Amino acid sequence: MEKIKLTIDKKPVEIEKGKTILEAAASIGIEIPTLCYMKLEDIGIENKPGGCRVCVVEVEGRRNLAPSCVTAAEEGMVVRTNSMRALNARRTNVELILSDHPAECLTCAKSGKCDLQDLAQQLGIRELHYEGVKSTYRNDLSPAIIREQEKCIMCRRCEMMCNKVQTVGVLSAVNRGFDSVVATAFEMDLQDTACTYCGQCLAVCPTGALTEVDLTGNVIRALSDPTKTVIVQTAPAVRAALGEEFGMEPGTLVTGKMAAALRRLGFDYVFDTDFAADLTIMEEGTELLGRLTRHLEGDESVKLPILTSCCPAWVKFFEHHFPSMIDIPSTAKSPQQMFGAIAKNYFADKIGVDRKNLVVVSIMPCVAKKYESDREEFSVDGNPDVDYALTTRELAGLIKLSNLDFKSLPEEDFDLPLGESTGASVIFGTTGGVIEAAVRTAYELQTGKNLEKIDFEELRGMEGIREASVDFNGLPIRIGIAHGLGNARKLLEDIRAGKSQFHAIEIMSCPGGCIGGGGQPYHGGDVNVLKKRQKAIYAEDAGKAVRKSHENPSIVKLYEEYLGEPMSHLAHELLHTQYFDRSE
Amino acid sequence: MAKIELQECQINQIKEICASFNNNAGELINVLHKVQSVYGYLPAEVQEVIAKELNISRAKVYGVVTFYSYFTMTPKGKYPISICMGTACYVRGAEQVVKEFERHLKIAVGESSADGLFSLNCLRCVGACGLAPVVMVGEKVYGRVAPADVLKIIKEYSETCPA
Repeated sequence: MEKIKLTIDKKPVEIEKGKTILEAAASIGIEIPTLCYMKLEDIGIENKPGGCRVCVVEVEGRRNLAPSCVTAAEEGMVVRTNSMRALNARRTNVELILSDHPAECLTCAKSGKCDLQDLAQQLGIRELHYEGVKSTYRNDLSPAIIREQEKCIMCRRCEMMCNKVQTVGVLSAVNRGFDSVVATAFEMDLQDTACTYCGQCLAVCPTGALTEVDLTGNVIRALSDPTKTVIVQTAPAVRAALGEEFGMEPGTLVTGKMAAALRRLGFDYVFDTDFAADLTIMEEGTELLGRLTRHLEGDESVKLPILTSCCPAWVKFFEHHFPSMIDIPSTAKSPQQMFGAIAKNYFADKIGVDRKNLVVVSIMPCVAKKYESDREEFSVDGNPDVDYALTTRELAGLIKLSNLDFKSLPEEDFDLPLGESTGASVIFGTTGGVIEAAVRTAYELQTGKNLEKIDFEELRGMEGIREASVDFNGLPIRIGIAHGLGNARKLLEDIRAGKSQFHAIEIMSCPGGCIGGGGQPYHGGDVNVLKKRQKAIYAEDAGKAVRKSHENPSIVKLYEEYLGEPMSHLAHELLHTQYFDRSE
Repeated sequence: MAKIELQECQINQIKEICASFNNNAGELINVLHKVQSVYGYLPAEVQEVIAKELNISRAKVYGVVTFYSYFTMTPKGKYPISICMGTACYVRGAEQVVKEFERHLKIAVGESSADGLFSLNCLRCVGACGLAPVVMVGEKVYGRVAPADVLKIIKEYSETCPA
């Protein structure tokens, strides 16, 4: 690779040709402020429309200032990132953005985590010199996402995630000049569009323009209602990220502290979605083996590959875009909904509480889970199986609100029986994890042998699309993995074209899987945050005594005393679902 | 926005226009031009057909339609009224003329009257600065229009006189 030399703030720097001034500066520790720019190395996420003009720098011999995020570094360039002219321009540009931004920092959901607020502080802006008209936009309806477009600064990150990364195509810049705004087609309500609620738009929004529907108030009310028994489940990926909200290093596992915090918040039982993830493997794994056996016996009507169905954004995606293929995904409900169904039937009976007085709260790394729990088929006579789905961030807010010192909490265990889980269920939180958990169980059930090596390294990683072959006693099982809906779309188009060679495919909507979910603490554009969370998830798995779903004692007991066997009539009724054609 | 029902032949016509550009998403602007010239305007239902044919999102099509002032999502009236807001017309009081049209027709610039008779638009310099301020109704040109003339012009075209 050809190298070039230039000078930035009087420091010499040598860098590969083709890199930007911004990247060249970062390589020698000079952080030029940015706003619209965002890049997640390795997973194909990049946004640099060059629109905000915050990263402007002075380049000797150049008449105007250069936006460093989109200007290539050149041989011999002399760059000043902190000259009076650059500083003034940067400040003016931010002031102009602020002149059309509601000064609502005191009450804004994003306060303290807002890139624009940070930037105004960093640049020392103490008064606004520009006054003018402010934009107003209509708010719309959605079960999961709140759009407050007055706070939008047109960085276009959300649009990039929605169109390029997820290929959902719900958002676009519309109108022109001062009236321009990121909106849906014909400015429809989000709930009337093909939005999957993956939440990647709000995961990257630098301001409070996109946030999740906040249900913490509902949970507080339920907790203080003496007539209600309130139970909680926590998704696998939450424990690998929650600590970040309390200043802990990304990748710190806080499973025990989280259980302790939930108990102190007043939940009557602290359970684990991981239990339901093990249950998912029992059902989905059995379904996979069933389809595989029929396929091997020559039944041509059997649909392969089987696709995972844990991710609600993914489910909504194929319902909208691939309605002719809705019989391919597993019919197994997601762990969240399996938990809800078991809680409101099996567990409610066990403790003698009417389902109407049992409130199920879930803590999810996800905003689509709010939508999923709202789906009509997941309720009985108007009473939902899962009452409230909160994000990891909302749980952190609840803990802070309740004056708990999270870091000093003791490590506690989940309650039994719906809190017992295996290592297989923990890895549901990362891309590749669901299929690895399924393989661990399917292998042993199919071959009747014990796995010698539980870790399937070939299924792990961060590449957007991965493939691997796992040997089932001489039978090669071909597995595909995709994370990010754009990658999922590619695998689906192959299936539709009859080109797919896979037996099973795992799909997660968010980059990295649930660890990078729309409800997680903001990663701030740093892909290493996701990698550290992934590492933590695998560490939790490795440290578990039981690492295969079918060996979870509480799962075994649940089948013995209640469900019978996987795919039984009762299991079908409670743990499986159907999909709907949502194409327009 | 009132829902409209496209007829089979209209849908086919839009599809043919898209096909004449090889259903190429890069030709979106040309497709929109052509469809608007045939259809008169670009309502949501028309944009949906175009999005499907070119295999791009509806939001993207809507984004382009709303970006360029040439494209319109409201049907032109039977008698499209255009008021010149070029420099000469402007300094001779075109703005007051616009306000009078808006007041009498009870619509804003860019809109059409409920009966579909009139639509109101502004344009830049029609090259008749000597006649400023200039108003056009369809192809017919009215010069030196004073606010007091507005009602008279409207009445020329009203099929039923307002009571």
